[in-house]
Amino acid sequence: MRPDSTRYARFIVRHPGWVLLFWVVVTLSAGMGVRLLEFNNNHRAFFSPDNPQLLAFNALENTFNKNDTLNFVVQPADGAVFSRASLGMLADLTQKAWQIPYSSRVDSLTNFQFTEGVGDDLVVRDLVADPDVIGPAALKRLRETALAEPTLEGALIRERGDVTAVNVVVQLPRKDEAHEVPQVVEAARKLAAEIERDYPGTRIHLTGLVVMDQAFAEASRHDILTLIPASFAVMILLIAVLLGGATGALGCALVIALAIIIAMGLAGYIGYPVSSATSAAPVIILTVAIANCVHILDAYRQALQTGVDQETALIDALGTNLRPIFFASLTTVIGFLTFNFSEVPPFRQLGNLVAFGDFASYMLAVSLFPALLALLPARFATGRQLPVAWVMALAEFAIKRRLWLLRGLGVLLLGLIACIPRNQLNDVFVNYFDESTPFRQATDFTTRHLSGVYHFYYTLDSGQEGGIHAPAFLAAADAFVAWLRQQPEVKHVASYTDTVKRLNRNLHAEDPAYYRLPDSRELAAQYQLLYEMSLPYGLDLNSQIDVNKSALKISAAMETLSSQAAIAFNTRAEAWLRAQAPDIASGTGSGTALMFSHLGVRNIKTMLMGSALALALISFLLVFMLRAPGLGLLSLVPNLLPLGAGFGLWALAVGQVGLSLSVVASMSLGIIIDDTVHFLVKYQRARRRKGLNPEDAIRYAFRVNGRAMLVTSITLVLGFLVLAFSAFELNAGMGLLTALVIGLALLVDLLFLSPLLLTLEERAHA
Amino acid sequence: MPSYRGALLLSCLFGLSPVMAQFAADQAASERADLDPEQRGLAIAEVVEARDAGWGDMRAELKMRLRNRQGQESLRALRMQVLEITDDGDQSLIVFDSPRDIAGTAFLSYTHALKPDDQWLYLPALKRVKRIASANKSGPFVGSEFAYEDLSSTEVAKYRYRWLRDEDLEGRTTYVLEEFPAYEHSGYTRRLVWIDQEMMQPLKVVFHDRKDAPLKTLTFRHYRQHLDRYWRADEMHMENHQTGKETTLSWQDYRFGTGLSRRDFDQASLKRIR
Repeated sequence: MRPDSTRYARFIVRHPGWVLLFWVVVTLSAGMGVRLLEFNNNHRAFFSPDNPQLLAFNALENTFNKNDTLNFVVQPADGAVFSRASLGMLADLTQKAWQIPYSSRVDSLTNFQFTEGVGDDLVVRDLVADPDVIGPAALKRLRETALAEPTLEGALIRERGDVTAVNVVVQLPRKDEAHEVPQVVEAARKLAAEIERDYPGTRIHLTGLVVMDQAFAEASRHDILTLIPASFAVMILLIAVLLGGATGALGCALVIALAIIIAMGLAGYIGYPVSSATSAAPVIILTVAIANCVHILDAYRQALQTGVDQETALIDALGTNLRPIFFASLTTVIGFLTFNFSEVPPFRQLGNLVAFGDFASYMLAVSLFPALLALLPARFATGRQLPVAWVMALAEFAIKRRLWLLRGLGVLLLGLIACIPRNQLNDVFVNYFDESTPFRQATDFTTRHLSGVYHFYYTLDSGQEGGIHAPAFLAAADAFVAWLRQQPEVKHVASYTDTVKRLNRNLHAEDPAYYRLPDSRELAAQYQLLYEMSLPYGLDLNSQIDVNKSALKISAAMETLSSQAAIAFNTRAEAWLRAQAPDIASGTGSGTALMFSHLGVRNIKTMLMGSALALALISFLLVFMLRAPGLGLLSLVPNLLPLGAGFGLWALAVGQVGLSLSVVASMSLGIIIDDTVHFLVKYQRARRRKGLNPEDAIRYAFRVNGRAMLVTSITLVLGFLVLAFSAFELNAGMGLLTALVIGLALLVDLLFLSPLLLTLEERAHA
Repeated sequence: MPSYRGALLLSCLFGLSPVMAQFAADQAASERADLDPEQRGLAIAEVVEARDAGWGDMRAELKMRLRNRQGQESLRALRMQVLEITDDGDQSLIVFDSPRDIAGTAFLSYTHALKPDDQWLYLPALKRVKRIASANKSGPFVGSEFAYEDLSSTEVAKYRYRWLRDEDLEGRTTYVLEEFPAYEHSGYTRRLVWIDQEMMQPLKVVFHDRKDAPLKTLTFRHYRQHLDRYWRADEMHMENHQTGKETTLSWQDYRFGTGLSRRDFDQASLKRIR
């Protein structure tokens, strides 16, 4: 033990009151920040402000109208949309949907603006003007009209005619998002319940981007309310059982609670929002913070058992662990700080929060925790605990069977690592929510029965005012629409070209031969003037045509696609436009689904760099700390192997890697290296200071450190497993894979590292 | 019949100038504190109509500047002629001069307070007049933030009124009225109108959408008096609060009493006018 470490330890143990007071002040002042925390449910928070896809999407929304949608997907009671009762219900729902806060447009089968040419009149009216008086013949006609109308067919109605939708466009001011979104969704839920009550047997599913934002919020709330208490309970129970004694468990709990409060308070001061990602921070801080306490607690108990007095035992436990705990925390902090390489601001915030929380927990573990132990009588710290004998049995096993273990585990781990390429980069953002969430259910239902919820938008820009009316431009746009409709991924295409064709037919006495694009630019422009003038409020063409009439927005509703498939489709579409419509400036495809797809890919790339940096920094630290380059580099083996094997096992079990798993590598590296650090420090001390032979040095490291390693690893695995129960798949997947990696790392540290050390030492001396 | 109308009638009978008659009417409307807010609102609306009555016909040229949230702008130029109809909504004929694609397109409209307007459009590219049979009045007028409903004449019968308060608006004393559309297919639940007490013309109108949320604000700027009597704004600015889009209408070359008759507002006139 270094003299300054002893001096520090002695000060802490002898002045526990001052330490306590210090932390009370720190926690209170930091904790004030917790009140400043705000929820952010906006899916756009996943994109940094300079994300190119976000910028393109914002420009699209500013040029045309916004795309925040809310969809009522309706299953009528009698299973038939085209019945008098169902249409009455739809008209009722449509009319009431205009009352939803911030709604600017409501589209349904009943209020679709049906146009018809009668002589020299252009009749424009609601498709279902008065559902009460509709007869069987009219119903049949209505059905035919709707199914023949490309704007409706595939979007609001299908051949089966059993499901339809009422789509609401919402213009959120986004000034107070924490309240706007819930306000909209609550109103929608209330309306859905009202319709289900007034028209018994009707089923309404709610989906759309606004509902997704709400689902993000509800997932965070679920996590905060269930996972945090659950993980606390698991941790305290584990410590109490494995290390024995209520003091240690409660002391740990206090340290963790304070670390979380300080970290979240800081988040409040900085202005980090509580999002679905950052709501995982408390659980992760709790999990990683425990290790620091466990090592001190275990050392304290071991010292007490040798018969020294409480003060000596504490000073010894604290003094010997000060450095290893510091380095272990440092590596963890580095791992989390590399989250800053992520493209996703909430992940960056999560990483910084946990890094800070872990740092705070280190400070607490080496000051408040021993101070508490000093204040409480030593006898509270004793009790039944995991017998060292079991740990020593493991050590003997590892020493005796070293060759067998080295080869067997080596082959197994390398075999798993070989499976890594089988992972597919596959982010389906709808699947961020597990199947228990109403949003996911409604979305899956919609995709199965009606239309897609993924919308891809393509802006075709003629580059000149009024240019969309030019026959060549319209023809190119129409060809693109036709191409889109042939693609297997596309469920529906909404395009102004369909409207123009219909108008051309309307104004030529409904002659089907005129269901084509107008021959002259003037005619197209004048049709549009005529049509626009006859529309009701809200149902205009603003969402498809810009103010200059220079650009068209074509939207395609897609199947639920993985990020790879989405990007592949978009590449195809853009290539088509470049090749077939070279005169038209067509920007990149846009839309939330595409944005998330690009985000997933970019995030993986940047996080790979982050992980590489984490690895380099951590290796450097190890070499520096152990002051033995060989040993330092060797220690990477038991950390990279489980990491690789974890991803390999994931490939076999799940096979898909999404947005959040990209952060697992650097995060788990920072965590699992801790055990190696503790083990190697003890091993090195046994070899150098105590002059033990390799086998006895292994035994020494196991005796001194084995139990703490087991306990911390088990708590870490269970802690991250708690995260796997998150309703938010990003957190759940991250928790599961991290737990897997930590479990494998424990296996490697216990049964692979010692055989490896022994074998290498034998070679060196042979 | 409210008694200020009697005063109005009386002053006319005694050959007082119309200005005096207005004065009497204004006094009646604004100072009758015993009226309830509905009656008072109606009284003010009637004065507005009465004060602006009698111009017969009017011509003007308009420039329309559209702008979206992205800052993109677009210009339209049109000519308008209006015939005052005393017992119904006015008749108007609008000819578009630009953009080029719609040049020569002419729009004829007979507005009505409580039933759908009669509307015809002449499409030069088709060389035909088409009647628009639609109950809608709140659609965008040539893609702008104005609905035709917002531009057409204000008949008293179009709304139900309520006087809210008197208020200072940028140094002008105004009556603030709440107006509820009488037409069932209107896109609005109500409008808030600030009426200048001196000109008896609106300075500002706030439109509320179907869910009664503020949708857009119309501001009138640069009022000028024509024929020593009729106040007209040279600029009307409409801002949509929900979409962030704006439209500015600039009026030029107002001419009154140019001798137009009903013949100039029939369907045949649509093709003649260029």
